[in-house]
Amino acid sequence: MKQNLDKAKESRNGADLFVHALIDAGVDTLFGYPGGAVLPIYDALYRNATPFKHILSRHEQGSIHAAEGYARVTGRPGVVLATSGPGATNLITGIADAIMDSLPLVIFTGQVSKAVIGTDAFQESDIMGITTPITKYNYQVKDIADLPRIIKEAFHIASTGRPGPVLIDIPKNISEEISTKEYDNSFYLPGYQPTTKPNPLQIVKLADALSRAKKPVILAGAGVQFANASEELLTFVEKYELPLVNTLLGLGTFPGTNPLFLGMGGMHGTYAANMALYECDLLINIGARFDDRLTGNLKHFAPNAVVCHIDIDPAEIGKNIKTEIPVVADAKEALLALIGSKITMPDHKEWKDKVDKNKAEYPLWYNRSDNLISPQWLVEQVYKASKGEAIVTTDVGQHQMWAAQFYIFDKPNRWVTSGGLGTMGFGFPAAVGAQLAAPDELVISIVGDAGFQMTLQELAVAKERNLKIKIIIVNNEALGMVRQWQESFYEERYSESLLTVNPDFVKLAESYGVRGVRVDNEADVPKVLEDIFAYDGPVVLDARVVQKEIVNPMIAPGKGIQEMLGVTK
Amino acid sequence: MKRIITATVQDRSGVLNRITGMLYKRQFNIESISVGSSETEGVSKMTFVVEVSDNQKLEQLTKQLNKQIDVLKVSDITDKAMVSRELALVKVVANGQTRAEIQGVIAPFRADVIDVSKDSLTIQVTGKPDKVEAMIALLRPYGIKELTKTGVTAFLRGQQPSVTEINSLSI
Repeated sequence: MKQNLDKAKESRNGADLFVHALIDAGVDTLFGYPGGAVLPIYDALYRNATPFKHILSRHEQGSIHAAEGYARVTGRPGVVLATSGPGATNLITGIADAIMDSLPLVIFTGQVSKAVIGTDAFQESDIMGITTPITKYNYQVKDIADLPRIIKEAFHIASTGRPGPVLIDIPKNISEEISTKEYDNSFYLPGYQPTTKPNPLQIVKLADALSRAKKPVILAGAGVQFANASEELLTFVEKYELPLVNTLLGLGTFPGTNPLFLGMGGMHGTYAANMALYECDLLINIGARFDDRLTGNLKHFAPNAVVCHIDIDPAEIGKNIKTEIPVVADAKEALLALIGSKITMPDHKEWKDKVDKNKAEYPLWYNRSDNLISPQWLVEQVYKASKGEAIVTTDVGQHQMWAAQFYIFDKPNRWVTSGGLGTMGFGFPAAVGAQLAAPDELVISIVGDAGFQMTLQELAVAKERNLKIKIIIVNNEALGMVRQWQESFYEERYSESLLTVNPDFVKLAESYGVRGVRVDNEADVPKVLEDIFAYDGPVVLDARVVQKEIVNPMIAPGKGIQEMLGVTK
Repeated sequence: MKRIITATVQDRSGVLNRITGMLYKRQFNIESISVGSSETEGVSKMTFVVEVSDNQKLEQLTKQLNKQIDVLKVSDITDKAMVSRELALVKVVANGQTRAEIQGVIAPFRADVIDVSKDSLTIQVTGKPDKVEAMIALLRPYGIKELTKTGVTAFLRGQQPSVTEINSLSI
C-alpha cells in the first residue's frame, strides 16, 4: 500500500490528495456512485491501494442513507461521494434527514470545472446554494492548496458539537490538477468552539431544583447517544430513582427493560410517559429538542414544571419551551457534574407510585387478529426471536411506531430510524450502512411495503456484499399512516393511500439473488423468523399483515399531551 | 419590536447566503442588512435591522446567528449607547423654479447635492433612519424619481454606559 501511495506522489493530483485525506481521517467505508465530474476521483480510488472500501450503491439516495446508518451505529461520520448535478441532487433527502437527526456526515460532490461553473454546463447544479440550508457547513474547493485542510476541517465540524452533515463540492479541475507540494492542513475555527463543559452555576441550580422536586421526570434524547453517556445516565437516574421518558430517537439510551423506564413520549408514546411529562414539577431534558411530535400542543406540555434543558446546541434551548435552567453542555459532562453534585432528594414515593401505576394499568395494547398477522404482534415476535439484541432500522410511518413501541432496546446505537424528517425509503439503505459498520451484528430492517419500494434497488448491494440484513416488510398494501390519518381525520376517504398493485416481493428478492420468504399467518411466524435470522445472507420477508390496523395510543394533532386517544381497548 | 443586531463574521465565500438563508428559513423579518469589511482583514461586519415579536424570538435570532460556523460575535446593540447611520441617494424632480427651494429643504439635514441635471437633483443624505425618512418625506411632494438606501450600519460608542443617543435630537 505504502509503495503505491508514494508512487502516486510523483504525479499527484487533487484526487490523490482527496484519497490521502480520507486515509488520514481514518475512513474505513466510502459510500458512493461515480459520474463525469468525479471520474478523476474514481480513477484515484482505482490507482491507489486504499485501506477503505468503496460501497457502490444503486442510487445516490442509497449511498447517503447507508452513510447515515453507518454514522448512527458507529458515532463516526458517514462518508459519501457523488457526482455533480443529478448525483448531488439525489443526495438532498439524505442530507436533510441528517441535519434533522444530527447525524455526522461528510459528503463529497463533484462539480463541473471552474471555467464553466455558472454557465449551466452539463450536469451542473448549484449544490452550494441548494445545500446551504440543510448542511451544518459546506465548502466549494477553489484552490487545490485548500483541499487537505478543508477535508480535515469538515470531519471536525461534522463530528463535534451537535453533529451534522458537511458537504465539500470539488470542481473537476481541482481533482485533475497536478501538484507535488505538501499542503498544511491545520485549521483554526474561531467561530466554532462548541461548549462541552457545563456552567457550574447552572449545575448548582439544577441540583437545587432536584432537591426540591416532588415530581421529577427525565426526558432523554439522542444527545445522550452522541455523547456516549448512557452509562452516566443510568447511574444518575438510578441514584435518585427518577422516572425516565425517551424520545423516539433517544430509544436505547436507557434500558427499555429498566423499571424506571416509562416508555417513549409523544404522539404515539405511552400513557405513563405522556402523563409524567404533563404532571411533573421538574422536567430534565437531556439531549432532546422538544420536537412537536413529542410535545403536542405546547400550551399543555409540562405546564407546571420547572424545565431544565441540557443540550450542546444553545439554539435548541428555549426554542420551543420556556426553560428555567439552561445547561449548554455535552450530555456526558453534564451528567458527570450532576453525579458529582450533592443532592438530597425529597421523598417522591407518591409520584413514583403514581407513574408506576400508570405504567402497569395502561400498557401499550393492540387488537389481535383472528386469522391474519397483527403488525404489533409481529414486532413482538421479532423482538423475541432476536432476543432484543438486534440493530433495527425503519422508515417512517406505522411500522416505525410499532417498532418503537414493541421492540425494546436495552443498549444504545441499535435503533436507526428517520425521526425529524420522517423519510420513507430510509430504513433499508440505512441497514446496509449499519451492517457494514457492525458486520457481526444481526441487522433487521423493519419497513413498510410502500417505503421499501422507494429504495429497494439497494438489494443489489446487499447481495454483492452478502450483507445478512433481514428485511421485514410489514406489508399492509397501504401507506399505513396516511391511511390511518384519513380514517381518523378525513372520514375514511382513502385518497391515494391504498396500494392496489405491489410487486411480488419474494420474486423481486429472488431476481436480485436474494432469498425471499412470504408469511401470511401467525402460526408460521416464529419458525420463519428463527429460520431467516439463522440464515447467512440477506433475506426479504414479505409479512402480510392486517391492513386496517392503527397505531395506538395517539395524541391528535393540535391536542395536548394529556389528551390521548386509544389509551385502552 | 425593532432591533439592531451586529455580527462579525469570517469573510468566507457563501457566508452572506448562509446567514440570509437561515433568517429566511426561520422566518425572521429583516428590514435591512448592510455588510462590509471591518478593521480586521478577513473579517466582515454585518448590521441587521430586524422586526421581532418578542424576546424569545430575539433570543432565537441571536442564537441561530451565533450557531453559524463563520459567525464570530453577535451583539444586540439596540439598548446600548451606539451610533447608527445609513446613507440614502434620492433623485428628485427639480427644475429652475424648485431647485433653490429643494436646497433649502435639505440644508437642515446636512444633505448634499451630488448630481444635477436639467430636470433632477440627486441628493445624498447620511444619518439615523428616522432622519433620512424625514427628509425623504419632505422631498416626496417634488416627485422622487429614484431612491436607494444602504441599510443601517452601527456600532457601540467608545464611551459606555449612561448616555444613549437622544432620539428627539436626531436631525
